[in-house]
Amino acid sequence: MRELTYGQGIKEGMRIKMLENPDVFIFGEDVGLFGGCFGVTSGLFEEFGEKRVRDTPISEGAIIGAAVGAAAVGLRPIPELMFVDFATVGMDQLVNQAAKMRYMFGGKLKLPMVVRLPSGGGVAAAAQHSQSLEAWFTHVPGLKVVYPSNAQDAIGLMLTAIDDDNPVIYLENKTLYAVASQVEDEVKPIPLGKANIKREGSDVTIITYGKQVYDSLKAAEMLEKDGIDVEVIDLRSLYPLDTEAIFESVKKTHKVVIVSEEAKRGSYAGELAAIIADECFYECDAPIKRVCALNTPIPFSGNLEAYVLPNADDVVQAVKSLF
Amino acid sequence: MKISNETIIEMYEKMVKIRKFETRAMNLFAEGQVGGFVHLYIGEEAVATGACESLRDDDYITSTHRGHGHILAKGGDMKYMMAELFGKETGYCKGKGGSMHIADATKGILGANGIVGAGHNIATGAGLGIQYKGTDQVCACFFGDASTNQSTFHEGLNLASTWKLPVVFICENNGYGISVSQARHQNITDISQRAVSYNIPGITVDGNDVFAVFEAVQEAVARARKGQGPTLIECKTYRWRGHFEGDPTVYRPEGELEQWKKKDPIPRVEKYILDNQVMTQAEMDKLNEKIDALVEEAVDFALASKFPDISSAVEDVYTDIVEEGRSR
Repeated sequence: MRELTYGQGIKEGMRIKMLENPDVFIFGEDVGLFGGCFGVTSGLFEEFGEKRVRDTPISEGAIIGAAVGAAAVGLRPIPELMFVDFATVGMDQLVNQAAKMRYMFGGKLKLPMVVRLPSGGGVAAAAQHSQSLEAWFTHVPGLKVVYPSNAQDAIGLMLTAIDDDNPVIYLENKTLYAVASQVEDEVKPIPLGKANIKREGSDVTIITYGKQVYDSLKAAEMLEKDGIDVEVIDLRSLYPLDTEAIFESVKKTHKVVIVSEEAKRGSYAGELAAIIADECFYECDAPIKRVCALNTPIPFSGNLEAYVLPNADDVVQAVKSLF
Repeated sequence: MKISNETIIEMYEKMVKIRKFETRAMNLFAEGQVGGFVHLYIGEEAVATGACESLRDDDYITSTHRGHGHILAKGGDMKYMMAELFGKETGYCKGKGGSMHIADATKGILGANGIVGAGHNIATGAGLGIQYKGTDQVCACFFGDASTNQSTFHEGLNLASTWKLPVVFICENNGYGISVSQARHQNITDISQRAVSYNIPGITVDGNDVFAVFEAVQEAVARARKGQGPTLIECKTYRWRGHFEGDPTVYRPEGELEQWKKKDPIPRVEKYILDNQVMTQAEMDKLNEKIDALVEEAVDFALASKFPDISSAVEDVYTDIVEEGRSR
């Protein structure tokens, strides 16, 4: 075992594949000389050169669109935008092009590309640099969506995402980049659609991903003192989704709390609740609860932002409301 | 063009205001008193100042992530700006926006903006509104060199030129899109060339010469007010600081910053003022002291102000709906 930060994990996943396959290359906003807005690609420009780690103009449409085109002719691009919020500028290329080309063309095209998008709030970056837009991506048929919470998953999911022949949205939480965790010496690819039970429990299931895995584990510890035994599931992959792990857990605990950093209305958390209600309604002996951000843009001021974003106390409160 | 002494003094005062405000903001960030992303305008003061000097109070501007200079030049109040940087309830945006999103509708400031290239089409829309209402106002659109690679630049210029909208597109070419130098992000040197595609006037001026910017924008504003459509003005300048505070600027060639510091727009005006006896050195010193005091007043105001009550977090999403809060 060794210790790596989340950011280093993302980089290692890309680096392994770049060493293995000359068709894998990175381009995006400040990924080269600068090493990425959050330092994730630092050193790769020096190691692989400008052909494979290329700075682009600030042109999100061009970045995502060029990835679509490059993937269509057989490469495996990894485009990066500085913030998930900027994906909205390139959304046509992602939603109308990347997600649909294979289907529209009758399955005759492969688009292997991994779009890296730093997400989430908590860094006083205000409304246009702090969003959690996973529901936008999971809503669109044709896109796969992953969201690692730690270095090992970051590597394993990246290895799989790069090898995947479909467009994969790779969401990263920007408050986790510097968070270190233990990583196996040789990390294996993690299949998409395979959740990770972070903590086993029998009284209630918390379903979460990304940064909220930490909040949920903290809440679980707090709840343990009250005699509530919490199971925490880290989804890792939002689509494909490990429904089997979810249903099994619900059948065991009969209570569900879903935790995400999204604005609650129209959230992916809502989709999870609907899936559980569809398939496991009679297994639930309490309402399915969601702990999310409030339905507001993310404010700048620290106390407002902390209020808008969900935290461990909110998770504790939601769990307790079920008993 | 003969520029009146009054105008020269006003422009000098604005440039010094911007420099001193930004320098104070830089120090406050370094001390950890101000957080988030702060993009400073130091070195580019002549652009906002020269441009806004040609505008009336009822004219509009759109700004960028590097917006403090535009806001000050258009008549924004330092106190409310500083309070916003601190995230206080007395700030321009009640602490909701921060450095990157300062706006003051009463001054025609349609907002600083965190999305590169977002202003081009918003300014075009403001121009449409002006034309629709039949007034002789204009909208000045500030944007950086890198934003001219966004589709919005081309969409905005195309629409504004086709409909002859009263918009002045002012490109602050500071040589970099974040870490990527102009030569690495576009295949042209003079961005004003892009005006050719839209059959509108396009000129390049020395963006560190406030008089040159003023004259160019004066002419463009006059054309816009007469219904003759938009102009593209490229102001060549340089940002002294990194893209944001905390940026180590590893991408800058050695000596480049020092070369540009020699072209500092403020001493150039000072020299003109002294050579032409617009003001004495003593008068300039006094003005500088006055501005120092204003900046300190703004900091004191910000420090004395309260952080917003958390209940305000769910207000202002809509005009008529207050979103649900949470029990904590």
